[in-house]
Amino acid sequence: MEEKVIWADGLTKSFGAFTAVDHISFEVRRGEIFGFLGANGAGKTTAMRMLCGLSLPTSGRGEVAGFDIATQQEEVKKHIGYMSQKFSLYEDLKVWENLRLFGGIYGLKSRAIREKTDEILSDLGFESERNTFVRALPLGWKQKLAFSVSIFHEPKVVFLDEPTGGVDPMTRRQFWELIYRAADKGITVFVTTHYMDEAEYCDRVSIMVDGKIEALDSPRALREQFRAENMDDVFQQLARKAKRTSD
Amino acid sequence: MVEVNDLSKSYGAVNAVRDLSFSVNRGELYGIIGPDGAGKTTLFRILTTLLLADRGTARIAGLDVVRDYRRIRQLIGYMPGKFSLYQDLTVEENLQFFASVFNTTIEENYYLVEDIYKQIEPFRNRLAGKLSGGMKQKLALSCALIHKPKVLFLDEPTTGVDPVSRKEFWGMLLKLKQQDITILVSTPYMDEAKLCDRIALMQGGRFLEVDTPQHIIDHYPETLWSVRAKEMHRLLGDLRSFPGTKTSFSFGETYHITLGKSSSPESLQRYLEERGHRNVSIQPISPSVEDCFMLLSK
Repeated sequence: MEEKVIWADGLTKSFGAFTAVDHISFEVRRGEIFGFLGANGAGKTTAMRMLCGLSLPTSGRGEVAGFDIATQQEEVKKHIGYMSQKFSLYEDLKVWENLRLFGGIYGLKSRAIREKTDEILSDLGFESERNTFVRALPLGWKQKLAFSVSIFHEPKVVFLDEPTGGVDPMTRRQFWELIYRAADKGITVFVTTHYMDEAEYCDRVSIMVDGKIEALDSPRALREQFRAENMDDVFQQLARKAKRTSD
Repeated sequence: MVEVNDLSKSYGAVNAVRDLSFSVNRGELYGIIGPDGAGKTTLFRILTTLLLADRGTARIAGLDVVRDYRRIRQLIGYMPGKFSLYQDLTVEENLQFFASVFNTTIEENYYLVEDIYKQIEPFRNRLAGKLSGGMKQKLALSCALIHKPKVLFLDEPTTGVDPVSRKEFWGMLLKLKQQDITILVSTPYMDEAKLCDRIALMQGGRFLEVDTPQHIIDHYPETLWSVRAKEMHRLLGDLRSFPGTKTSFSFGETYHITLGKSSSPESLQRYLEERGHRNVSIQPISPSVEDCFMLLSK
């Protein structure tokens, strides 16, 4: 049987009378690239926070990397990677200092950090930027580096929250090649994006509407199911049904 | 309505805007399309009189951005990329504030913002800081419009906004255009470019090309092929190893490639089939603005 790295069963989060995430259930296999789509306010961020061990579910259950997201939050955090468009790296540290810092946070030994740093910088072609302050890097470079940092400790799962927002078209595609490489190594990738062409690059995609998962399948199957030309059509059809207007 | 000549601005060693010259006609919807770091925000800040250029001149409605900055500020509306309304004022208080700063009232120009504002009016007593992304964007646009500007500057109004809300937002802009408002809008989303009258593709502080979206597409100098096969993942590697491939990029559910002069789609088809690819399809297609951008930005 295929290893399930993420599963959720009836996962729900309410804030007072408002149900942000409403009984979502799904599974993600090892090494899969799973696209987690939805309009602003559909509940993606709340769901992602629960899966990362940052927020407790109101009801329902879930496991990430073999740990219960309600009772083993600290273990979950140790076994995942995370990057977002907003927070990724420390701007006033140099490239190597960021790698050193995150390696240390994840409990790697100095020697392992040094070796891994060399490997990452050479993979990315960033050797000459080792002593550059992160704030001086172009956004696309920053995001590629941030992704490498998020999988520095070889987590089972990496959560990417709009990793390519505003990144130029060329770098956006290079970024996805990094994602493929990580998935080939067996790292499960859980990614949100507002670029619908990127939804096509995922193995499977779920679309959230008003706190519920309204569709979940491979991009090809979703296109067939909704008789749509592309994922943008699929998304427009589903998200237009939303009744909710606030986050 | 907007006239820019040899405009430059550097921050230390970084040339954010380099020798830019362009003009925007009255009533035009002019898109500045480019990724983060292209120089879009710097350009907007110079044009909205918030930043001094190192060299060059810029005029809005015939007024100089340095000498006549006070008069220009009466004439323009500016929606910065970062949400900059007062988070601890309510929706209605924000709109009132912006109206009163410009010596007008909500009532006087309500017709201009009505379509947009009525969508957030049910929440008029909510603090702006507590609004969702889409609603903040609508409020920010209302506030930028309430004094009936002649020129509207929108800096990345749709960044981080989902595809449905993005479509809605562009619907609003097309309506505003009919009110004789000149609009300059920047975006990193290439699919929005086709809704503009003219677009400037910007990277590294320069305009790579300025034209109507259709002309930019028509001027694409290569034949673009869309390629797919059963195993898409493996296909990309083989497309890149084919000696005749000039460029190859993933584009949603297919790959877009250009071929060198000495090779043909037939030879590529044979090459791929020899490598065990099945259901190979190679079709000529019309490029998108994003294809054009990638070709020009190389």
